[in-house]
Amino acid sequence: MLGRVTAILSVEGLTKSYASGFQALKGIDLAIERGEIFALLGPNGAGKSTLINIICGIVKPGDGGVRVDGHDIVRDFRAARALIGLVPQELSTDAFETVWATVRFSRGLFGKPRNDAYLEQVLKDLSLWDKRLEKIMTLSGGMKRRVLIAKALAHEPRVLFLDEPTAGVDVELRRDLWAMVRRLRESGVTIILTTHYIEEAEEMADRIGVIHHGQIIVVDETASLIKKLGQKTMTIHLATAVAAGDPRLEGLGVSLAPDGRTLTYVVHGEGAQSGVAEVLRALIERGLSFADVHTEQSSLEDIFVTLVGGAS
Amino acid sequence: MNVTGALAIYKFEMTRWFRTLFQSIAAPVVSTSLYFVVFGAAIGSRMPAIDGISYGAFIVPGLILLSILTESIGNASFGIYMPKWAGTIYEVLSVPVSAFEIVAGYVGAAATKSVLLGLIMLATARLFVPFSVAHPLAMIAFLVLIAVTFCLFGFILGLLAQSWEQLQIVPILIITPLTFLGGSFYSIDMLPEPWRSLTLFNPVVYLINGFRWSFYGVADVDVRFSLIAISAFLALFLAIVWWIFKTGFRLKT
Repeated sequence: MLGRVTAILSVEGLTKSYASGFQALKGIDLAIERGEIFALLGPNGAGKSTLINIICGIVKPGDGGVRVDGHDIVRDFRAARALIGLVPQELSTDAFETVWATVRFSRGLFGKPRNDAYLEQVLKDLSLWDKRLEKIMTLSGGMKRRVLIAKALAHEPRVLFLDEPTAGVDVELRRDLWAMVRRLRESGVTIILTTHYIEEAEEMADRIGVIHHGQIIVVDETASLIKKLGQKTMTIHLATAVAAGDPRLEGLGVSLAPDGRTLTYVVHGEGAQSGVAEVLRALIERGLSFADVHTEQSSLEDIFVTLVGGAS
Repeated sequence: MNVTGALAIYKFEMTRWFRTLFQSIAAPVVSTSLYFVVFGAAIGSRMPAIDGISYGAFIVPGLILLSILTESIGNASFGIYMPKWAGTIYEVLSVPVSAFEIVAGYVGAAATKSVLLGLIMLATARLFVPFSVAHPLAMIAFLVLIAVTFCLFGFILGLLAQSWEQLQIVPILIITPLTFLGGSFYSIDMLPEPWRSLTLFNPVVYLINGFRWSFYGVADVDVRFSLIAISAFLALFLAIVWWIFKTGFRLKT
């Protein structure tokens, strides 16, 4: 996986133990492809923020290594960090500064020359332009979140980390953020986000990684993950009731409800579609007519709960 | 080297100072003026000259230094503790600036404030007491060196402090007493033994005497010892800052 030519971020055997003895990361291997949206899921304390903070230079790494576009984050920290933008989980802002001053400060820290036109566009994209001369302390929580994103984008990063970007924000802002993330991806920026909202990952991410107890337990494309690990449940309402043990139901793998009319068929992983079709075909061939058919695909949340529960 | 990054920190800190310029300058200038009124004009007129220098003029370097030490430590410690406390330190730690550039930005800004304040206080003192500066270049050099050294000390305090209380305790309980007992208001030759000899263990004595020498060409201790003492402090504080950034002690988990 680490040998991927397109990987813009490579994490290899990364460990982290805190002074308390808590082992936050236990040998993480991960490759993020250039231009993708990658969602890192995991319960509280799984190691998501530790991993991000190590990559960004805020937390000291243990063993193993991290490279950003080929630059080692320790030996070649300037080149590595120059590519990264970080939106932290906490709403940590310079309360007494204006929006405009703080984004200019962020750009300056990266050694980038002044570019007011670019910063103006960033603020306009985030609906902050009208607030540019206001002190951050006067802004709402949602606006402060936008300011943090503007600061992270001020130096035109190629890799953007969003640590719980939509935690505690309203629906409108969440929708705006999703739109912004998609625009950034279209411009070639690689996005790595952590989230508690499974539907957010499902909606946004090209690939998903699940981290639990400091270990990556699965990495896959979102659609593929749902297809492989998900399950499809088909509910069939028969036109007429049948008795329990009816020979026409034998070998189909369906279960009959006590009402004698409702059949349930559950199929796991790949091949769900063909399984459903075969059952329907067999029922028709065996002379069983049905009034209604309903199918339901398990959500990413169901998969996540199963994975994390299994790993525990 | 990321000069723009270091300059961004420097400008950010200076902007913060200018935002509260009146209170930043007014408070130390007013308190020092009161010292000059009381000790220089009122009591000083009844005090004998020391080494041929009127008492009012004698205390000028010590009083300026008292403010320089306090302000240097206060400004530099606040400058780095505030982002630690507010959580915004993540930004400085995650950008392509080295430890040296971070220190240059924060300490450079704090030292600039201290030097400017020192010069303003010098001008203020001139309104109350007539004096001249025998070695102006040496005076500026001492001023800058002492400001940088104690801004580094304040920076260390800010890095290590875990509460606002800890931030205040060293300046109040250590620096101010050492400065008062270090000959700000008197010549240590006026002290009886063993207090005179004991006072020589107070490092601030060497700072004050070096600075006073630049004004009047006289001092209780050899000016070379003053230079050595300040240089030793500078080296010690630089080494501590280097160690903190190398190990990430109380900076990175």
